[in-house]
Amino acid sequence: MRILRNPSVLFGALVLAALALAAIAAPLLHTVDPVQLTPRLRLKPPTGDHWFGTDGFGRDLWSRVIYGARISLAIGAMVSVVAVFFGLAIGLAAGFVRWLDGPVMRVMDGIMAIPAILLAIAMVSLNGASLVTVAVAIVIPEIPRVARLIRSVVLSVREEPYVEAAVGLGTRLPRLLWRHVLPNTLAPLVVQGTYVAASAILTEAILSFLGAGIPTEIPSWGNAMAEGRVYFQVAPWIILFPGLCLAVTVLAVNLLGDGLRDLLDPRLAKSVRGFR
Amino acid sequence: MSVLTRRDFGKLGGAAALAVSLPLGAQAAGPKVLRCVMHSGLRITDPIITTAYIARNHGYMIYDTLFAVDEKLQVQPQMVDHWEMSADKLTYSFTLRPGLKFHDGAPVTSADCIASIQRWGKRDGMGQKLMDFTAALTAVDDKSFKLVLKEPYGLVLASLGKPSSNVPFIMPARIAATPADQNVPEEIGSGPFRFVKAEFQPGSKVVYEKNPDYVPRNEPASSLAGGKVVKLDRVEWINITDYQTAVNALANNEIDYIEQPPHDLLPILKSTDKVVVKDYNPLGFVGMCRMNWLLKPFDNVKIRQAVLHAINQQDWADAQIGNPDYSTVTGAMFIAKTPFATEAGFPPKPDPALAKQLLKDGGYDGTPVVIMQPTDLAIVTSLGPVTAQALRNIGMNVDLQSMDWQALVGRRAKQTPVSEGGWNMFHTTWAAADVLNPVANLGVNGRGKTGGWFGWAEDAEIEKQRDAFARETDPAKQKQIAEDVQKRAYEIVTYIPTGQYTMPYAYRDSVSGILAGPAPVFWNLDKKIA
Amino acid sequence: MSRFLLQRLLSTVPVMAIVATIVFLLLRFSAGDPAAILAGDAATPATIAAIRARLGLDQPMAVQLVRWFWQLLHGDLGTSIISNQGVAHLIADRMAPTLALSATTILFAIVVAVPLGVVAAWKHGTIIDRAVMTLSVVGFSMPVFVLGYLWILGFAIRLRWLPVQGFSPLSDGIGPFLAHLVLPTLTLSVIYIALIARITRASVLEVLGEDYIRTARAKGVPERAVLMRHALGNAAVPIVSVIGIGVALLIGGVVVTESVFNLPGLGRLTVDAVLARDYPVIQGIILVFSGVYVLVNLAVDLAYVLLDPRIRY
Repeated sequence: MRILRNPSVLFGALVLAALALAAIAAPLLHTVDPVQLTPRLRLKPPTGDHWFGTDGFGRDLWSRVIYGARISLAIGAMVSVVAVFFGLAIGLAAGFVRWLDGPVMRVMDGIMAIPAILLAIAMVSLNGASLVTVAVAIVIPEIPRVARLIRSVVLSVREEPYVEAAVGLGTRLPRLLWRHVLPNTLAPLVVQGTYVAASAILTEAILSFLGAGIPTEIPSWGNAMAEGRVYFQVAPWIILFPGLCLAVTVLAVNLLGDGLRDLLDPRLAKSVRGFR
Repeated sequence: MSVLTRRDFGKLGGAAALAVSLPLGAQAAGPKVLRCVMHSGLRITDPIITTAYIARNHGYMIYDTLFAVDEKLQVQPQMVDHWEMSADKLTYSFTLRPGLKFHDGAPVTSADCIASIQRWGKRDGMGQKLMDFTAALTAVDDKSFKLVLKEPYGLVLASLGKPSSNVPFIMPARIAATPADQNVPEEIGSGPFRFVKAEFQPGSKVVYEKNPDYVPRNEPASSLAGGKVVKLDRVEWINITDYQTAVNALANNEIDYIEQPPHDLLPILKSTDKVVVKDYNPLGFVGMCRMNWLLKPFDNVKIRQAVLHAINQQDWADAQIGNPDYSTVTGAMFIAKTPFATEAGFPPKPDPALAKQLLKDGGYDGTPVVIMQPTDLAIVTSLGPVTAQALRNIGMNVDLQSMDWQALVGRRAKQTPVSEGGWNMFHTTWAAADVLNPVANLGVNGRGKTGGWFGWAEDAEIEKQRDAFARETDPAKQKQIAEDVQKRAYEIVTYIPTGQYTMPYAYRDSVSGILAGPAPVFWNLDKKIA
Repeated sequence: MSRFLLQRLLSTVPVMAIVATIVFLLLRFSAGDPAAILAGDAATPATIAAIRARLGLDQPMAVQLVRWFWQLLHGDLGTSIISNQGVAHLIADRMAPTLALSATTILFAIVVAVPLGVVAAWKHGTIIDRAVMTLSVVGFSMPVFVLGYLWILGFAIRLRWLPVQGFSPLSDGIGPFLAHLVLPTLTLSVIYIALIARITRASVLEVLGEDYIRTARAKGVPERAVLMRHALGNAAVPIVSVIGIGVALLIGGVVVTESVFNLPGLGRLTVDAVLARDYPVIQGIILVFSGVYVLVNLAVDLAYVLLDPRIRY
């Protein structure tokens, strides 16, 4: 397989597969209930019992990190799927329906003009922290970027002679979309999707760090680091281990995206670049 | 990019350190500036409209008080020169000290004091009670005024000398005319420091300068009482939200003082050169676990009792403080080692079996308990998860909801069902000075839905006892009544104390003269300029 | 050209109106109540209701929205509910640290990243190229705050070269001003260096394949001149555009960096205002940030015209 010969894709895919496996098999991996607290065992450095040490509540950090992988991966996957879905729908609509193009894209511009982090902080802290609120808060600013990308693909596809010919021959819209447009959007969508996932995972951590993330009881890397912030000098492991996991995961997703982009279409390098 | 060499870095750092320790234009014996990190940023500058402790601390900077407590918690005159009580205990006459002046130059008159007391009396719990007993508050002349009671009341001086939120600070009458639910338009008092409005950045920085016109009393300073002699030229409160950063800044001599360094960082501070860690507020603080009486399941006394027997104060103390040197496990609602301290009514140890039995007796049907957990207030954050675990251990369903403190404050005012934004439980902390007796302690208020505190405990008997306490003037009898109130409060579980703790100050060793007391104050403090 | 400019300027008006509406609705539909916050710990529901009424928060949403738009049209951003200060004043007061940090970050990032990108493209496929690219992905993947703490621990606490926190205004001297900005800049610029280096590499690489470059090389133009004059010159457009897009990212990074290094800037003000439900302040800041974003992107579009003779409007 050509895919596996690309070292970036290989590395990214392997790391993500390992993480996903660990997340699924979390109960088997020397973990305890990540919510169980034992205040008298707080802030203990890594030992044979607690591989990553304990946090400020005496919870087992290893368990929280392993279960935290579930959250990070879930956020990454959810946000990218939802963003791609809505972005695709909106992009297609704007690209094909002339009278929709102007108003829809102005609203997209409006959303894009609001700094994503501020929007997310406001939404989460105002509407109460939950996994869903956080995911929604992260997904909203991502949608316009996908929509813009798809719209530009649609606009360029429309100009192609064979599409014009198809339109001239009276091909129905669903068929037109299915046969000519969607295949062209697939590559940029996959690539953009991985980047959205990477940035979603980071954003979740930043939101938690700023105190506007998912409920603190749910083990997530961002939560762990936010809590470890105060103990940075007395118990650096609380930030170190989740931070490392976070960096490696985002790195893996980014490498996967880079690799896929190179594989699927070298020209894409240009159209997907300014996503962040 | 040419990389700065090590020497360049050193120079820059040196220049920065120099600039920081010697403010602009400073000579060797120039202005003494104390740079402090307080527990929170000042946003609301009106200590009457809000009970926030940072506003109270701000109040002590720029306002003065009629009375104040000394180190032994005895009420002493402060702005008042002398006072007397009539033989029938119904009329109190007060005369102000000479030379009192507001920052705008106007002299302090009895009209100012009356207006200030009245505004405070609309907001503060003890103030409201005092006003209930008051028949008239009238000026005799510019410097003296009279408080006439409807019937004898034991807490007149304790109210006027109330050390913590809300403190009856004295403002000019024209400012005290501001409605009691509206922020004061100007920060003008007669206190030892002046507010520098031009440099005020809400939530970030507050600057005070010495009030050269202030005339201190002759007695030596003792806690909040005595002579408020100012030795600093300028006090800056810088809000550093990240405590790690604050601790590092103190070590690096970028600030001089941290009001409430987190307990987990104390070992670092103690081992830091030229930094002193010392406790000046022996009363300290107390945590409170509060249930909502209006909603299932805590509308049922048996289930509230189940919670009381399920929890273990030691777990709270470990999670919240993590160091027995700074925490005390006690059931004293009116604070251990104070006049009304008693353990009466508090279960000696947790009893999960009894708790489970009580749950069963109360017919607990699995209704989830919504615990509101603030994420941005470190000292309260740790309490919720511990309670959640204790409740789960006895078989309750718990929904621990994270939110920021302000969301909690907004939501706890709601009396609606959970589905409409209501709640079942929250935790908070108090300065111990605020809960020293059954009248001041809002947690034992039993006025229910209309006059009660969030959670709305309702009990006619406890209200009768509190009223009796307020009327009682004999300390021995007061003590007995306080014990009865506490027993009743535990019986019906108005709230559960989560334990007491102290929070030492951390400061550079160039700072001296810090006063012990329930609130941090900045008179008497001196700073040696190297 | 001037017609284009006018058109673009006009097109920002509906965008800003949309931003304003979104922000307003978002805040009003959210939990939390500034009146309860003002009232404090001991307040009764009656007091809170009275405060709500005084602030006009009990009015119908549409009335509040229209009132706010009316204010905006008169250039009035409103008054903070919590601190009673004008929103415009609050924002102006916090502008300096944020501007300074943004400027040093962008400058530093460009100075470091563009040469890195050019070298990577020039040495395409070599170990240097791979190192630059790998580092840039790592740069993307590093959480900003973790990096900030590492710098503080190293440079401020162990070595004591630089201050841990805070901001020193330029009026207090250039030395302290810069010293306070070094670590925040190092922290915040990592992502930009990664981003700009990648784009530079990609653009230069593309240009290097063009015929005229081959011609230039064949004619014996020195490699250095080829890179600097032809390649980089023509790669300028995408690089400028990424800087425009980076502004949005910068604003997000500023919030975190200001919190780690305690810079009293707009990021801190925002978080503060959100936590206090200070609606007018949140609305004002988001509006200002969005305005900056829109204007920067307008400027970027203009830069296209100036940098690339092929683009005409």
